[in-house]
Amino acid sequence: MDKAPYDGPILEIDRLSISFFTRLREIPAVMNFSASLQPGEALGIVGESGCGKSTVALGVMQDLGVNGRIVGGSIKFKGREMNTMTREELRDIRGSEIAMIYQEPMASLNPAMRIGKQLMEVPMIHEGVSKEDAYARALEVVTDVKLPDPERMLNSFPHQLSGGQQQRIVIAMALMSKPSLLILDEPTTALDVTVEAAVVELVKDLGKKYGTSMLFISHNLGLVLETCDRICVMYSGEAVERGTIEGVFDEMRHPYTQALFRSIPLPGADKNARPLVAIPGNFPLPHERPTGCNFGPRCDYFEAGRCDQGHIFMEDTGFDHETRCLRHAEIDWNAPLVAGAQTEKPAPGRVVLKMDNLKKYYEVAASALFSGGSTKVVKANETLTFEARESETLAIVGESGCGKSTFAKVLMGLETATSGEILLDNKSIGDIPIEKRDTKTIADVQMVFQNPFDTLNPSMTVGRQIMRALEIFKIGKNDGERRARMLDLLDLVKLPREFAGRMPRQLSGGQKQRVGIARAFAGDARIVVADEPVSALDVSVQAAVTDLLMEIQREHKTTLLFISHDLSIVRYLSDRVMVMYLGHVVEMGTTDQVFSPPYHPYTEALLSAVPIADTKVKKKHIVLEGDIPSAMNPPPGCPFQTRCNWKDKAGRTKCETEVPVVRTLANGHQIKCHLTDADMAEMEPVIQMAAE
Amino acid sequence: MGLFILRRLGLMILTALCLTFIVFWLTNLLPNLEKLAKTQGNARMSDEAVVSWLENRGYGQPTLIKYGEWLGVLPGYVIEGQDGTVRARCAPIGAEVDDTTPAFCGVLQGDWGQSTVFRNPVSEIIATRLGLTGKLMGFVLLLMIPGALIIGVLAGMREGSRLDRGLSTVSIMSTATPEYVSGVVLIAVFATPTFGMQFFKGTATSAMENATFENFLLPVVTIALYGMGYIARMTRASMTEVMTAQYVRTARLKGVSFTNIVMKHALRNALIAPFTVIMLQVPWLLNGVVIVETLFNYKGFGWTLVQAASNNDIELLLGVSVVSVFVVLFTQLISDIGYVFLNPRIRIS
Repeated sequence: MDKAPYDGPILEIDRLSISFFTRLREIPAVMNFSASLQPGEALGIVGESGCGKSTVALGVMQDLGVNGRIVGGSIKFKGREMNTMTREELRDIRGSEIAMIYQEPMASLNPAMRIGKQLMEVPMIHEGVSKEDAYARALEVVTDVKLPDPERMLNSFPHQLSGGQQQRIVIAMALMSKPSLLILDEPTTALDVTVEAAVVELVKDLGKKYGTSMLFISHNLGLVLETCDRICVMYSGEAVERGTIEGVFDEMRHPYTQALFRSIPLPGADKNARPLVAIPGNFPLPHERPTGCNFGPRCDYFEAGRCDQGHIFMEDTGFDHETRCLRHAEIDWNAPLVAGAQTEKPAPGRVVLKMDNLKKYYEVAASALFSGGSTKVVKANETLTFEARESETLAIVGESGCGKSTFAKVLMGLETATSGEILLDNKSIGDIPIEKRDTKTIADVQMVFQNPFDTLNPSMTVGRQIMRALEIFKIGKNDGERRARMLDLLDLVKLPREFAGRMPRQLSGGQKQRVGIARAFAGDARIVVADEPVSALDVSVQAAVTDLLMEIQREHKTTLLFISHDLSIVRYLSDRVMVMYLGHVVEMGTTDQVFSPPYHPYTEALLSAVPIADTKVKKKHIVLEGDIPSAMNPPPGCPFQTRCNWKDKAGRTKCETEVPVVRTLANGHQIKCHLTDADMAEMEPVIQMAAE
Repeated sequence: MGLFILRRLGLMILTALCLTFIVFWLTNLLPNLEKLAKTQGNARMSDEAVVSWLENRGYGQPTLIKYGEWLGVLPGYVIEGQDGTVRARCAPIGAEVDDTTPAFCGVLQGDWGQSTVFRNPVSEIIATRLGLTGKLMGFVLLLMIPGALIIGVLAGMREGSRLDRGLSTVSIMSTATPEYVSGVVLIAVFATPTFGMQFFKGTATSAMENATFENFLLPVVTIALYGMGYIARMTRASMTEVMTAQYVRTARLKGVSFTNIVMKHALRNALIAPFTVIMLQVPWLLNGVVIVETLFNYKGFGWTLVQAASNNDIELLLGVSVVSVFVVLFTQLISDIGYVFLNPRIRIS
């Protein structure tokens, strides 16, 4: 297909409405959505899950499945109406003019087809080029997306690549026909932060190189700030605010946008002095939307009799900025945030938990198919030594495969330590598996899991599940007492008491996580391991759940081990931070020590990789090359040497051969690095607030 | 890969040993032997006579030793009977036992024993009968597998469509009808003048020498129909799952045409699961063979099994069991190897 030169807007969406049809009713997923995209421009669509942002993308692709249908409005691509196109016309456009990059790279590549073939298919279909030409093009594009050894890549199957490499392949596939429009649907959500940073950088560069327009869909405001020119905030199927990045980020004109920004931990937020403000209430279900403003019931500025009176239209506030709020002119947008309840920082008490040279090695068969023969040792945890005190929050930070979950398993007793000791109140529990621990120990050390959707029994009521935990912990003499205690626990996690009789499926994600917290605290746990407790939740809910955890911690003097890869939230709530990489603790210290120089080079890169949704923040730009090495086959010497930017300074050979020893800097700040004190002193802070 | 096959083969032999021992033990239970003695010797033998008849022919030895002899790892018995005749397991009936009589004669030496009913060596009977059944099964598989896959893929590529519902109904019906029902119905409809559609023959005896469309189609269809529905259902389930997979959406949004999505992207992934089922279905079809061969009087392997069982023909029954065990194990091996080839995630680990 010829690509005729065209110089109007690439994409014009005008009052698009999309509904899904079920047997019961029509569910409007997107209502009156308008947007336009100029050549070379990047538009970000931001919103929480269920707000319809992915539906917009699939609507543009005209791929809504059996139940979805466009019920109104128009989508014009390069001036041509897409809603009335025939299948053949659509097929011509898909892949060649509009390409898409998906959330889960592994699932979006065909597992039984070599990567080369999947890439070559695109130009072969659309341009009818020969196999050889298509191969040459594939090779070129794979080189463009900075993948090592392109020929081997083309000859591999998707499962042989890491997540980051797979996503690069998906990007390469989208670029095979040099499309005019690229739709990115949460392209980095499944990736690690440092890999995410590299992929985002790549997309930005390639967008510039090929002059592609981008529709960037994400729930992460920071990411949109880094990648896009314009932004559109969606809430419950509607665009609520639209404008340039600077306009929306600095002078937001919709209460939802404001609430969203107040609920994410930006640098400067502090759990005691400036707590996050969660958005009250829940996201309305599509068939339970209120009349008038959808955000009305959760809005601080809601005015009864005005905001709930009928459809609200987008209003122009000037400066290329529109908002769907009736009161945007009346609200004082610069009013400082009314500080929430400020609390005293509790002083950390005595040492409850002590790790001493903890090691956990796994032996695995070298090949899965032919077990037996050679085995490899995976060093999941290398000499962990630290203490955790009463009512302290210790954050464990690191990317996937760094051993943070293994550590949690050993602590819980799901695995036993290979060597070293875990002392709980000076009692060693490191080699006692959970079956042999006494009830008290089990009740003392509890866990809050990452995914609240999978960790509740779907066929047991919420109350029953909490009571079951109480039974196991031998709390309460009879069912009556346990029932009373269970209701207390529901109060503790701020769930209405009626929820005791509900099934998990009737609860939202945030509510389920509250049940998970209630269950963890059923036996008055003193140490709670929270394994990414909020990463599966939406931003507005995250703040509420985090605050709840903090509040319970203050009351119960709990020691919280907060495992996370999200440095923003770690910075917000933790007292001390431990950074892990490939089983090693590379840096440990108080939050301030870790988040300001001198850094371990890995911490520095990690900090730089986290997208921050604040235009005033200036960040040092550090992109790590390559992927995290496999724990099966760690590099010799310093575990981080393969990706380290400081390697030349510290002396290459030293880094490549010797594992650095832990050095203690001022006030117990520990770093595992070969860099000299002088080099360390030279380090600049990664994140700086621009002078206001 | 070679090591993998070797390990599987080893496991297979072990399984075969266990299974044949069980069959051997069951067929050599005392009541069976008594019956054998009475049919072979004299129907009115006294109990003592039965015992001595059995003792003389080596049936009195412990089961394990008998099994070893049958297998050919222990030397065959040489017994001087109470009637004065020396009998040896390895000497032909009636022949003198002398130095030329081999010491070992069992399955491993290729000596499968003598059928007491057909008066022929078991190996000979099994070879011919297996050949005949092989012919039947070959045609069945030829009809069943492509048919089932086509039905399954067509039904699964657009879940919930009219085509899907129609084909699904047909496959459920066909798999819910056992062979002894469908066979009888087919004979009644197509092989009798009742409905005016007497296109085929109700017996397949002539097909043993010369298989034609006319005399062979009905037995083939009877077996194929049953398995076809089942495999089609599995293929459909797997296909519908694959068609909703994200990589199929990727292909669609790459501009790949529907035909190519089905053929190039979905098919191979959709075949991984049903492949195992197809291979499992092959030994299962042996069941159908027993019924259909009897029904259509086609003297193949299944028919032989029925004959051997009803006539208490111990050696033949054992031979048939051994072959069945190997058919089952062998198809499993093929299924495992084929699975590895279809699924690159297992092949290159």
